Amino acid sequence: MEKLIATRDAFGEALLELGEEYKNLVVLTADLAGSTRVKKFSQKFPQRFFNMGIAEQNMIGVAAGLAQCGKIVVVTSFAIFASGRAWEQIRYSISHSHSNVKIVATHGGISVGEDGASHQGTEDISLMRTIPGMKVIIPADGVETKKVIRAVLKIKDPVYIRLGRPKVPVIFNEDYPFQIGKGYKIKQGKDVSIFACGIMLYEALKSEEKLRKEEISAEVINISTIKPLDKRIIINSVRSTGAVVTAEEHQVIGGLGSAVAETLGENYPVPLERIGIKDKFGESGKVEELLKKYKLTSDDIYKAAKKAVWRKNEKK
Amino acid sequence: MDKINFLKEKANLLRQDIIEMLSIAGSGHPGGSLSSADILACLYFDVLRHNPKNPKWEDRDRFVLSKGHACPLLYSVLARCGYFPLEELKTLRKINSRLQGHPDSQKTPGVEISTGSLGQGISAAEGMALAGKIDKKSYRVYVLIGDGEIEEGEVWESAMSAGYYKLNNLCAILDYNGLQIDGPIKKVMNPEPIKEKWSSFGWHTIEINGHSISQILNAFKEAEQTKDKPTIIIAHTIKGKGVSFMENVVEFHGKAPTKQEAKTALNELKEEKKEWKN
Repeated sequence: MEKLIATRDAFGEALLELGEEYKNLVVLTADLAGSTRVKKFSQKFPQRFFNMGIAEQNMIGVAAGLAQCGKIVVVTSFAIFASGRAWEQIRYSISHSHSNVKIVATHGGISVGEDGASHQGTEDISLMRTIPGMKVIIPADGVETKKVIRAVLKIKDPVYIRLGRPKVPVIFNEDYPFQIGKGYKIKQGKDVSIFACGIMLYEALKSEEKLRKEEISAEVINISTIKPLDKRIIINSVRSTGAVVTAEEHQVIGGLGSAVAETLGENYPVPLERIGIKDKFGESGKVEELLKKYKLTSDDIYKAAKKAVWRKNEKK
Repeated sequence: MDKINFLKEKANLLRQDIIEMLSIAGSGHPGGSLSSADILACLYFDVLRHNPKNPKWEDRDRFVLSKGHACPLLYSVLARCGYFPLEELKTLRKINSRLQGHPDSQKTPGVEISTGSLGQGISAAEGMALAGKIDKKSYRVYVLIGDGEIEEGEVWESAMSAGYYKLNNLCAILDYNGLQIDGPIKKVMNPEPIKEKWSSFGWHTIEINGHSISQILNAFKEAEQTKDKPTIIIAHTIKGKGVSFMENVVEFHGKAPTKQEAKTALNELKEEKKEWKN
C-alpha cells in the first residue's frame, strides 16, 4: 500500500520549517486555521500569525499592505473563497501592485467531497490564470507541495497554489527536482502525451499502466505550474507522440486543458482530449464517488487516450 | 498663524494644479480632488515624515489614497514635494505616462499601492499598519477614503479587523463631501449614521470641517495621541471646493473642466489667494 498524505498537511509541515528560516514570513487566514493547516504555525509564531475572520477580501488587501512593508505573506482559505470571493483584490492589490503574497488555497477541486458545490473550487485555476503576472501552481502530492512552498518563498512574485483536502498517494521521492515553470516527465512514451496536474497525475500514471498492457505507449508529464506554462516540454512531447490528453480536477474551461490547447493550437495542433469537469457544478458525495461520476478517473484518462490515438491515426 | 497660511497657500496651489491637469487631460475627477486638497496639503507639508528623495525609506509614514480617483490631487502634492518633476503633471492620463488615471504603484514614485477599485486601499493601509506593529516601528499610516466608498463591504471588513487589532498607528480620513456619481450619498445609499458605525467598530472618531487647516492639524495630533484604537477623521467637505461653479455639483465628480471653465476656475483660485493674503 502506498503512502498517503494530504497536500494541505504537507503544506502545514513545510510552513513550520520555513517560519524558522524566514523571519519576515507572516501568515493570515480567514477563520480556517485548522482546515488549511496553519494552526501549528500560529502556535509556534503567534506574533506572525493573524486570523482575519471570515473576510477574505480584506485579508487579501491586508496581505498586500504587509507585503509592501517587506513581509512575505502566506494567506490561506479554501480555493473557491480565496480565488473567487477575493478575486478583484488579488487582481489589483496583489498582482497589479506586485505584492509578495502567496495565496495557498486548500480544498481545491471536487475532492472536497461531502460539503458539495458551494465549497468545491472548480474554477480557481481559470480565475487565477487570467490575472496578469499571477503564477499558478498545483502540486500533485505531499513531496511536491513541500518543494513548491519552499520555491515560492524564494521569489518575490505573487503566486496562487492550489492544494487538496483528502489524503492522496505520494508519487515523488525526495530527489524530485521541482522548478517553478517547469513540467516534469515521469513516463516516456511515443503514442500519446498525457499532461496532468494535482490529484489527476496519479490517475494519469495508473492509466499509463493500463494503456501499456494494450501496447499503447503513453508519455506522462506533470504540469504542476499552469502559469507560466512549460511550453517547451509540451510541444516537444507532442512532436513525438502526435496526440494529447489533459487531466485536471477543474472545469475544462480555462484550466490546464485550455492552457495546453492554446499552446498547441498556436504551435503544433494535434488531436486533443480534455479530462475535467464539463461545465457543471459539483455536488455532495464521497471523493471516489464524485471522481467517478464526474469522469475524473484513470479509466476516463485511459479512454480519452485511446480516442486521441484513434483520431491521430484517422488523420493519417 | 504662519503655518496655517503656508498650508492654505499650498492647498490653493494644489487646487490650481488639479484644474490645469484635468483641463489638459480632458477627463478625470475634479470634485473629489478639490474637496480633499486641504487635507492632503496638511498631510504632505506638515504631518507626514517622508523623504521624496528616498520614497522607499523604511521608516516613512505611509499615505494610501483609497479613493483613487482623486489622484490628480495626489500627483500634484507628490510633484510639489519633489517626488517627480512638476512638468510631468501635464502627462496625466496620456499614453505612456507615469501618471495613470488611477494610482499605479509600479509607475509613480511615492504611490504606496495601486488603488482606484474602491474599498481596497483601506485594507492595504491596515496591512501596512499591522506590519508596523509587528516590527515595532513608529511610522504611522494614513488612508483617505471617500464617503461613497464606504458603501463597499470591504471597508467594513477592514474597519472591524483594524479595530480588533487596535491599530492606533492607522488613521483614516473620510472625505465627507456628500456626493457620489449618481447623486447625493443620502439619496443613493444613505450610509449614516457614519460616526456611530465607526465608533461601534472600535475606532476613535473625530468630526471636523475638512477645509479648516487648524481643525485638520488638531485632528491629526489627536489621532497620534490616541491609544489602543485606530482613528477616523470625518472631514466635512464641499465637493469641488474652491471653484464656485463646481462646488456641490454632482456632474463635476468625473467631468474635466473645459479650457474656458479652467480659465475661470484658475482666476477664482488666484483671487481667493489674494483675499486671505491681505
